[in-house]
Amino acid sequence: MSGATQVEELLRELAPQVTGTLVRRYGQFDLCEDAVQEALLAASVQWPETGIPERPRGWLVTVASRRLTDQVRGESARRRREETVAARSPADELVTPGPEADLPAANDDALTLLFLCCHPALSPPSQVALTLRAVGGLTTAQVARAFLVPEATMAQRISRAKQRIKAAGARFAMPPPAERAERLRVVLQVLYLIFNEGYAASSGPDLQRADLTSEAIRLARELHRLLPGDGEVAGLLALMLLTDARRPARTRPDGSLVPLAEQDRSRWDAGAVAEGVALVTGTLARAPLGPYQLQAAIAAVHDEAARAEDTDWRQILVLYELLERVAPSPVVTLNHAVAVAMVRGPRAGLELLATLDGDDRLAGHHRLDAVRAHLLELAGDREAARERYRAAARATTSLPEQRYLESRAARLGP
Amino acid sequence: MKYVVLIYSNPAAWASLPAGEADRVIKVHNDLIDELTGSGEFLNIYRLAGAGTARTVALHDGVPAVTDGPFGESKEVLASLWEIDVDGVERAVEIAGVLTPHATVEVRPLMDAAGMEM
Repeated sequence: MSGATQVEELLRELAPQVTGTLVRRYGQFDLCEDAVQEALLAASVQWPETGIPERPRGWLVTVASRRLTDQVRGESARRRREETVAARSPADELVTPGPEADLPAANDDALTLLFLCCHPALSPPSQVALTLRAVGGLTTAQVARAFLVPEATMAQRISRAKQRIKAAGARFAMPPPAERAERLRVVLQVLYLIFNEGYAASSGPDLQRADLTSEAIRLARELHRLLPGDGEVAGLLALMLLTDARRPARTRPDGSLVPLAEQDRSRWDAGAVAEGVALVTGTLARAPLGPYQLQAAIAAVHDEAARAEDTDWRQILVLYELLERVAPSPVVTLNHAVAVAMVRGPRAGLELLATLDGDDRLAGHHRLDAVRAHLLELAGDREAARERYRAAARATTSLPEQRYLESRAARLGP
Repeated sequence: MKYVVLIYSNPAAWASLPAGEADRVIKVHNDLIDELTGSGEFLNIYRLAGAGTARTVALHDGVPAVTDGPFGESKEVLASLWEIDVDGVERAVEIAGVLTPHATVEVRPLMDAAGMEM
């Protein structure tokens, strides 16, 4: 591992702890978060040259506290950043003793910070951006690259998000017990959003964006470490691992998408599958059922089949019936219809799909047409299947999906 | 979700607007840009030079032929193009609505290089 990579990994791990310490000492989440970013930036420039200080966390707390004082004194942020890059003071010179005493609180701080960044007053894109920066320790530029927007736009989103949190009167404290379940649901949603953004991008040329899957897994792993007894946290981590395990097989070298049934399963990441299966099996046995656990269980059944034709569709069908009960949504029904088709035949699947006609939540959504096309193809109605594949191809805004849907239509004749 | 906002207007109608009205519309546009910049939804703007400076190129008898002026017979021409990143089509349409005085506005999603296997 190179020095710079080692430093970056350490900084990303320490970022939420340092922010937590500062906010507990000084309040003012927005200013503290900026100050920590600057301290991280300074460390990422200095440490690869001077070596990692003996007490890196204390170093960051001290430097960030100084930045905070500067900030309060009203120096411009731009000037401070220039100085940060120019500064070359020996690493340990800056350290004042003491901050390591905060260590026992570090875990609580990281969790509190995650709840704050996923505050319900924020829009999902703001929750994602702020979480990646404040909890994930990514720079604004890295977050901007991952979402293919200008850095200035991302900076604006992050600062707006912090203003919103302030305006909502949110404090740096764990949500009250009565709200905790709902707040945790939002946190999990944000992590899953980050994961999916990266997973979808791994079919395209945006490698920066594809890195988001590993970042999401890292954050979910950390959350699972902090809340080991929560079934849905374990379920989400398992779902990510079991999905990401297929990444090496989901695209061809030309970037085109390979459907699950046609993937070369020998290329799946067996280690990730084993870890995911163990996680979901363990949690299903002891925690109350939740949607992430059920989705992970479904992914596990797929991943455990050596060949597509060995898939235990009956078990998958049972799991989708449970999922429809626990967390009904039109997207669940779409996937449920595929499972019905595999167990009871394509016509039965198409009947379930018909219940979604006229559902506004799916109006104009290409997935309804894509699933219908697939089931019509299974039913042997080639002409209708081709029409639906074409309709789905016209409606999607994803280039690789469009290419896949057009190729399916072309396979069914002129 | 990224969208382009295509703003079409009629240069002749625009030129005949009372001075105060043109200024008012320009201010509406600029205020909207400020608002979208503040909310982190604004990505880019391309202000197009007058339609008279356009060259339209099309094949004639197998050879690219150049004519002066914009494509098509319509009196409305593309005036500017914005790139935005918003939650969904409802928000894109809401933004377009603000721009409609003296213009026809089309919003269109941009294709994404990412996708999910099925």
